[in-house]
Amino acid sequence: MVTTEKEASGAQERGAAAAIVARLQGVSKSYGEIQALRNVDFSLRAGELLALLGPNGAGKTTVVKLLLGLAKPNHGTVEVFGGTPAEPTVRMRVGAMLQVSRVPETLRVREHIDLFRSYYPKPLSVSEILGAAGLTEIKDRLFGDLSGGQRQRVLFALALCGDPDLLFLDEPTVGLDVESRRGLWEQIRRLVARGKTVLLTTHYLEEADALADRVVVLNQGSVVAEGTPSEIKAKTAGRRIRCISRLALEDLRQLPHVISAHQDRETVEIRTARAEPVLRALLARDPELSGIEVTSAGLEDAFLALTRDHNHNSSDSPRTKFPARGN
Amino acid sequence: MATTTAALTTSSHQPPTRKILTVYWKEAKYEFLKNLRLRMYSVATIFFPLMFYVLFGLVLGRRSMGGFNPASYLIPTYGTFGVIGASLFGTAAGLAAERGLGWLQVKRASPMPTFAYFTAKIAMSMAFSAVVVLLLMLLGVTLGGVHLPLWQAAKLLGVLVAGSLPFCAMGLAIGYFAGPNSAPATINMIYLPLSFCSGLWVPIMFLPKLLQQIAEFLPAYHLSQLALGVVGAGRQESNWTHWQYLIGFTLICLGVARFGLQRDEGKLYG
Repeated sequence: MVTTEKEASGAQERGAAAAIVARLQGVSKSYGEIQALRNVDFSLRAGELLALLGPNGAGKTTVVKLLLGLAKPNHGTVEVFGGTPAEPTVRMRVGAMLQVSRVPETLRVREHIDLFRSYYPKPLSVSEILGAAGLTEIKDRLFGDLSGGQRQRVLFALALCGDPDLLFLDEPTVGLDVESRRGLWEQIRRLVARGKTVLLTTHYLEEADALADRVVVLNQGSVVAEGTPSEIKAKTAGRRIRCISRLALEDLRQLPHVISAHQDRETVEIRTARAEPVLRALLARDPELSGIEVTSAGLEDAFLALTRDHNHNSSDSPRTKFPARGN
Repeated sequence: MATTTAALTTSSHQPPTRKILTVYWKEAKYEFLKNLRLRMYSVATIFFPLMFYVLFGLVLGRRSMGGFNPASYLIPTYGTFGVIGASLFGTAAGLAAERGLGWLQVKRASPMPTFAYFTAKIAMSMAFSAVVVLLLMLLGVTLGGVHLPLWQAAKLLGVLVAGSLPFCAMGLAIGYFAGPNSAPATINMIYLPLSFCSGLWVPIMFLPKLLQQIAEFLPAYHLSQLALGVVGAGRQESNWTHWQYLIGFTLICLGVARFGLQRDEGKLYG
């Protein structure tokens, strides 16, 4: 990490915020007919934890694959440590935790780690890796005998083996129970505290909020928002108004500040950034307005609003649009 | 907007040879351990050829096989059968599952030399091949009363272990085209008919004429003839012809595997 810190301070002397460790510029990527990414731009600065937030199928994994040199963009450039991601010298400085359906089950935890350590010029010591991933107690177990949370921790440990300056964690906590998730968060926080740069993908706003310095929101292959977690929340901290109204949905959607409006049995549900002006407008236009209920949109709703906002014309109901959990 | 990209402090350090050898060694060692503990592989690979040999060579074997007693004749043929099984399952099954279910991708994202991954599978398959052949010879000598001089045993082992290479190449080709879960079934659909038609179960001279003619185009037949030749039970055909067939077959399979690799990278990583 010494080099990165040096680079970071060097960049600051030149008046820049922090050195850029990795960058996507105008990147588009399609798999056959499917357009996975459209003109994506963002960069990763030294020492930060950037969360790439978006529903399933938003293109998060594709971004990670591009940054690891496992895929090539159709358009645009991908740069890591000033080089192309597939270069061996770049890979020596990078660690990755990917989504894997099956890991060889008949090797022990320490054996998996021993093998991955051998790939790197200056690996962390075995005990450091075991400690950082919380595996010391179970180092002699076969991978096949581990629980889901323990398996994720082994994959996390493998990402740490080379003592990388830059880590990619692709949905590290997917499918984990609350306790395991918080445990892994703690371990990720410790990495950042040690000065590592981390890119984490997630479809939990809560997770991005808990860990990230900066959040990039991705939906249907495009960046729809970027900022600190509080900026993202401010953008999305909406209200939900439920009421019984005679106004047509189309008219409701035309009201200022309204993000979306849906019929839910006899009530309509309106999402908005600010409740007061919408309520005033509603009361003014519909004297028979009744059953008013205003609630603050939860984090999940907020996130939904943000991605919905981007493709307004979508007629999907919010429930079906919400990303499935724990796949 | 910071436009400086953290430049790599390029000392362009070439990893020392010893370090690279360590990677190759560990990759092979853990590939071996992984499969040894995978009973579906280790037990099946070793058990089936031995069982067939005991059954047809030691228990039921009465009929002379081209002037040879079955216990002698069947060591090279079941040896070939065992080697092909160890090689096909050792390469294709693991490769198909690992590339289909994401594990290969994790390894590719690391600085692991890609070649180490393949050589580990080949080395592991050859090690299992050697074990099968050694056990067959041990059974033959101890229970079958087979007279097998040491130099002949060593040569037979050498030929069969070298002969595992074409089938490792074939396994890599299959591994790039079979589905992660259907690979074992695919392998069996090739392995079992191939073994039968090449005279590995029933000696070639007992097969119908048509099958005997087909056999001459099958790699397993050529390896078995080389192995039989070591104990003097071959059909007196030129060894060089057999090797040529095997080398040609290996090259074709490597070509197919290479095509599969590139196709895969186009789809998964391209």
